Amino acid sequence: MAQEDGEVLLEVRNLTLAFGGVQALRGVSLEVLKNEIFSIIGPNGAGKTSLLNCISGRYRPQQGSIIFRGQDITRDKPNKRCAAGIGRTFQNLALYSHMTVLDNILVGRHHLLRNNFLTGALYWLGAQKEELEHRREVEDIIDFLEISHIRKAIAGTLSYGLRKRVELARAVALRPQLLLLDEPMAGMNHEEKEEMARYILDLNEEWGMTIVMIEHDMGVVMDISHRVAVLDFGAKIVEGRPEEVMADPRVRAAYLGDEMALAEEQSTVA
Amino acid sequence: MSLTADSMRCGEFRTTYKADTTIFPTPRSRNFAIAGLIVLLFAPHVLDTYYTNLLIQIGYYGIAALGLNILVGFSGQISLGHSAFFGFGAFASAWISNNFGVPVILAIPLAGLMTTAVGMIVGIPAARIKGLYLAIATLAAQFILEDFFNRADWFSGGSAGSVAQPLNLFGFVFATDKSYFYVVLFFMVVMYLAGSNLLRSRDGRAFVAVRDHYLSAEIMGINLTKYRILAFGVSSFYAGIGGALFGHYLGFVSAEGFTILLSIQFLAMIIIGGLGSVMGTLLGTVFIVLLPEVMEALMTTLGSQLPGLERGVSYLKEMAIGLAIVLFLIFEPDGLAHRWKQIKAYWKLYPFSY
Repeated sequence: MAQEDGEVLLEVRNLTLAFGGVQALRGVSLEVLKNEIFSIIGPNGAGKTSLLNCISGRYRPQQGSIIFRGQDITRDKPNKRCAAGIGRTFQNLALYSHMTVLDNILVGRHHLLRNNFLTGALYWLGAQKEELEHRREVEDIIDFLEISHIRKAIAGTLSYGLRKRVELARAVALRPQLLLLDEPMAGMNHEEKEEMARYILDLNEEWGMTIVMIEHDMGVVMDISHRVAVLDFGAKIVEGRPEEVMADPRVRAAYLGDEMALAEEQSTVA
Repeated sequence: MSLTADSMRCGEFRTTYKADTTIFPTPRSRNFAIAGLIVLLFAPHVLDTYYTNLLIQIGYYGIAALGLNILVGFSGQISLGHSAFFGFGAFASAWISNNFGVPVILAIPLAGLMTTAVGMIVGIPAARIKGLYLAIATLAAQFILEDFFNRADWFSGGSAGSVAQPLNLFGFVFATDKSYFYVVLFFMVVMYLAGSNLLRSRDGRAFVAVRDHYLSAEIMGINLTKYRILAFGVSSFYAGIGGALFGHYLGFVSAEGFTILLSIQFLAMIIIGGLGSVMGTLLGTVFIVLLPEVMEALMTTLGSQLPGLERGVSYLKEMAIGLAIVLFLIFEPDGLAHRWKQIKAYWKLYPFSY
């Protein structure tokens, strides 16, 4: 569970990102502790995905820095960051739709595998042994996420919920310390959401992964997060425990607008 | 009726991960491939020179086409300059064996490596551009290399062309079609096995990942630039080997054979065979090599039946080839490999194939 005074795994310092005249992030700072589930919420266009993209390396912030395990990774290329220990899933599915589920997940092992185009073409000099070892580990992930029945299916043919799960499997296969989940439950039905919440909790508690999650389903966010940060118009407005954040009038204002929040306040008083 | 130990097993059971990652999906398909290979070993003794020649063509074009399929079908890039690499391999092998006294059997892989280097240089723009723009960039490579073949007298013999010695192994000269067939078959088997292995290991998966979703491939730790250029390198290696085999088969290499037309034929092979399929590459090559022959025979028969058509036969042949390709693309856009899969699925469930 969350450690109140645990060590800081990820530190985002004063991050500023602009696309032309649009300020996507305005000086966002936050700290993610080791072994916690940290949720980022906020209205549409608040900059949540931009923040995640900065952490995973898709975007380069104009100002500020990102410190992961004491290392400044702000300028690192995205393909270097998974070796450092950052994995992620995408808001819009980003599977390799013509590959099998198994191959999709094996791509996640890319940075851990050592065979190259020469040994791979020979399938010899350790290449086969290594491939089979990693296959075994991938099978553990497949078992955990209960997708063994579709491991040979082509990813593009699967249902939305299953594809989301395969994407999670691929991110887990990176063996990350920090897992970034961009709306892991979007478009899912209630049952699928419950399952996904269970997987996230297990990954956090049993697999020891620190999780940063963007999610719109407040019920899920309140139930499983240890801490929550709220973004609005590119700035962090509140950070704290779920119940504190929920009670904060600024959060209500961000979601409902100032007048609505005021009206609601008055109606509860009356 | 209960299941006992000696009940008949139905279906395929794989009990190890090793058995689940073989090149051939079932032992039966592997045995069929081996049987086919054994039949091929006897082919030159049964068939006459004309047919052996066709098989040799399928061999060296098939190797080069597999290279193009790795580039286009698997890594999702495009090249309109494949025949220039094919030609470069032919010239390079002749050049190495003529000028440095390297035996031909070593000159062929060395020519492949030289072509790899050239291909990777040509592939550098691929780090930045995609799609149609990359097609134009590779088109430039096609014309630059063609021009190079014509002008570089020291390398290619210029417009006169250069002589490629026949393959000589321990005093045995592979000068006849019958003997050269085995050389091509050997390279073909080695190159296709290597290609299949590549595609079931780390870097082959990376190629496909870059093709299907390059943004998430990058997040998964794949260096896009490296793999895009590497795909050009591997592709050119195959083209170089195919070209070298072509050169030593004909005994003479000249620049006019390696035009954009051949590049487009290579593309036709992999599109008709099936993009992203090793098996399809071979089927497509067979199709493109044999189609003119079949059409020739058909039209000659037609011409002899219908008087007054004799003079138009050669035009009809060209048109019929075009028509066959167009019809193929309309009715089988996923290629011969896809059709093959459907036939297999049909027979698996026969007679309950609905």
